[in-house]
Amino acid sequence: MTSNGPERSPFQLARARLLRNRVAVAGALVIVLMCLACVLLPVLLKLDPDHTQPALRHLAPCARFPFGTDTLGRDLLARVLVGGRTSLLVGLASTAVSVVVGVGYGAVAGFYGGKVDEAMMRLVDFLYGLPYMFLVILIMLMFSETARGEMLPVFLALGLVQWLTMARIVRGQVLTLRHQEFVLAAELLGASDLRILLRHVLPNVVGVIVVYATLMVPSVIILESFLSFLGLGVALSWGQLVSDGVAVVNPVRSYWWLLLWPSAFLGLTLLSLNFIGDGLRDALDPKART
Amino acid sequence: MTEVLTLLAGLVVLGATAWAPPRLTRVLGCLLFGLALGVVLRFSIGATGGVLGGALAAGLAYRYLPLLVLRRVVFLVPALVLLIFATTLLMYRAPGNPFANERATSPQVEAALRAHYGVPKNANQFFGIYMRRLLVEGTLGPSIKVQGRSVEELIAPAFPVSLSLGLLALTLSVIFGLSLGVLAGLKRNSAADYLSMGLALVGVSLPSFVIGASLMIVFALWLGWLPVAGWGSYRHLIMPAIALSLPSAAVIARLSRSGIIEVMQQDFVRTARAKGLPESWVIGRHALRGAIIPVVSYLGPAAAAIMTGSFVVEVLFAIPGMGQWFVKGAINRDYSVVLGTAIVYFGLVILFNLLVDLAYSWLDPRVRGERG
Repeated sequence: MTSNGPERSPFQLARARLLRNRVAVAGALVIVLMCLACVLLPVLLKLDPDHTQPALRHLAPCARFPFGTDTLGRDLLARVLVGGRTSLLVGLASTAVSVVVGVGYGAVAGFYGGKVDEAMMRLVDFLYGLPYMFLVILIMLMFSETARGEMLPVFLALGLVQWLTMARIVRGQVLTLRHQEFVLAAELLGASDLRILLRHVLPNVVGVIVVYATLMVPSVIILESFLSFLGLGVALSWGQLVSDGVAVVNPVRSYWWLLLWPSAFLGLTLLSLNFIGDGLRDALDPKART
Repeated sequence: MTEVLTLLAGLVVLGATAWAPPRLTRVLGCLLFGLALGVVLRFSIGATGGVLGGALAAGLAYRYLPLLVLRRVVFLVPALVLLIFATTLLMYRAPGNPFANERATSPQVEAALRAHYGVPKNANQFFGIYMRRLLVEGTLGPSIKVQGRSVEELIAPAFPVSLSLGLLALTLSVIFGLSLGVLAGLKRNSAADYLSMGLALVGVSLPSFVIGASLMIVFALWLGWLPVAGWGSYRHLIMPAIALSLPSAAVIARLSRSGIIEVMQQDFVRTARAKGLPESWVIGRHALRGAIIPVVSYLGPAAAAIMTGSFVVEVLFAIPGMGQWFVKGAINRDYSVVLGTAIVYFGLVILFNLLVDLAYSWLDPRVRGERG
């Protein structure tokens, strides 16, 4: 790409690299469509995920119910779309929580270094090795009665166990940036620690944060689906629908649509998010030459 | 409020272990190591055996364990206590209690039950009673909901089930992941590379219960090769272990791929080639190490991930393991069952991480130098 000359900024180069990555672009397209479908379609088509029709139980996909109906005669299309709202929202909001916590923690540890860093990172290493599901389940229980149907506890519970990777990565980056000349210069000019961190160090880490935040969304969605699968979720989500689909698996009659559609939507979303994350990582990699 | 402060103080103390000088770390580490082993031995071979075994372990640790491991011990044993405390707090904060029934219980009856099971209304008091029970009496206490059974009796049959499933899944994920990753890394940008990385991406993207349910439908319902669910023979183990291993296998494949790509560009590999060593020797003897090291350091988190997944997979395949007891205990507010399973899980994770540390210091010459 030498023909393009040196006038292009790193950001433009990264964007060009990202747009050339067909898989990542396709992934982004899928996610946008998925979000639009989950948010708008139930409203536009006036779909009700909770409307039961006992006469229409276990209908295979047909013209009226493209995805079929479930055990209580509810429209599976409506349920998959509305469930998708929960899963996507939980993915985004919990990631936001963990980005805030992880970036703050990692930046402080990396910035001050030495024993502070060692002590803080020791805690992270320890939490990293724990089966965090314990903590999630316990935190969920704590909120189980006060907030049935509200999703704040889920955001908190999932966000508070997912920040570790982010903290580690940000800490590593900040640690290397800490001793570069421009930070030293800012220090000599009398800038406060907070100002150096926010104005000089963190802007250089944004790329990495974006990449890992993107990769965190699918893992949060998976974790939420685990909770829903165990019956600990708080709202209709893809995990719960898959769980419902598994519950009717039996050797006599196959209700394949109850398992297929939620699994397919869940899998497609997670796959696309991973594609975007990988694409971003390749695009923002400073080692990449083109 | 005071409880939260205690928790924070505990975290600060934990962090402060980073400042301990090597000598103190060594002494403290050996003492805690002996204490931990003594408590475990009390369970199995009684009081005198426990004390003697603990003392012996402390002595042996002082002589033989590297500082790296002792430093871990100094951190992990207090961390375990803190975890028990945090779990207690969270359980007490959760609405409801183990004695709340549909039928109203009279205050006198509830008080009597609380006294009998050692579950006072205050979380701090419960923590005190529980730790005393654990350290002095050497037991995990009675289950509150499963009448007439102790937590040991509940966990004892479930433990080997979960352990064998978890170990099999871990082994599978290392074998799958490492072979796919090394293959992909050596033949970069080939069809094999794209295929294995595609597989890895699918493994990362599908939750283990979706993989498990698909396996169940194909191999148990359509083909009828394997039993649908349950526990008993090795045939019951195959599908759950595969479902459990794929997500970690995917991560391992990616790690070992980038590890081997990096190593193949290093000077010592070029030197080995320049010496005229055959390519298989270069890869097997020199490059493979570079691929294995990042995988070894991921084994700790992988074990944790497999445990997390095992909650779900045990429920899906109706496997009578510890995950089921934990989930049941948490929903029923059976405090002692929750704490008991949590301690066993944490203990396993800690033990496993220590082994990983040892393996790591043996594998990586750069870490091996650090002894105190």
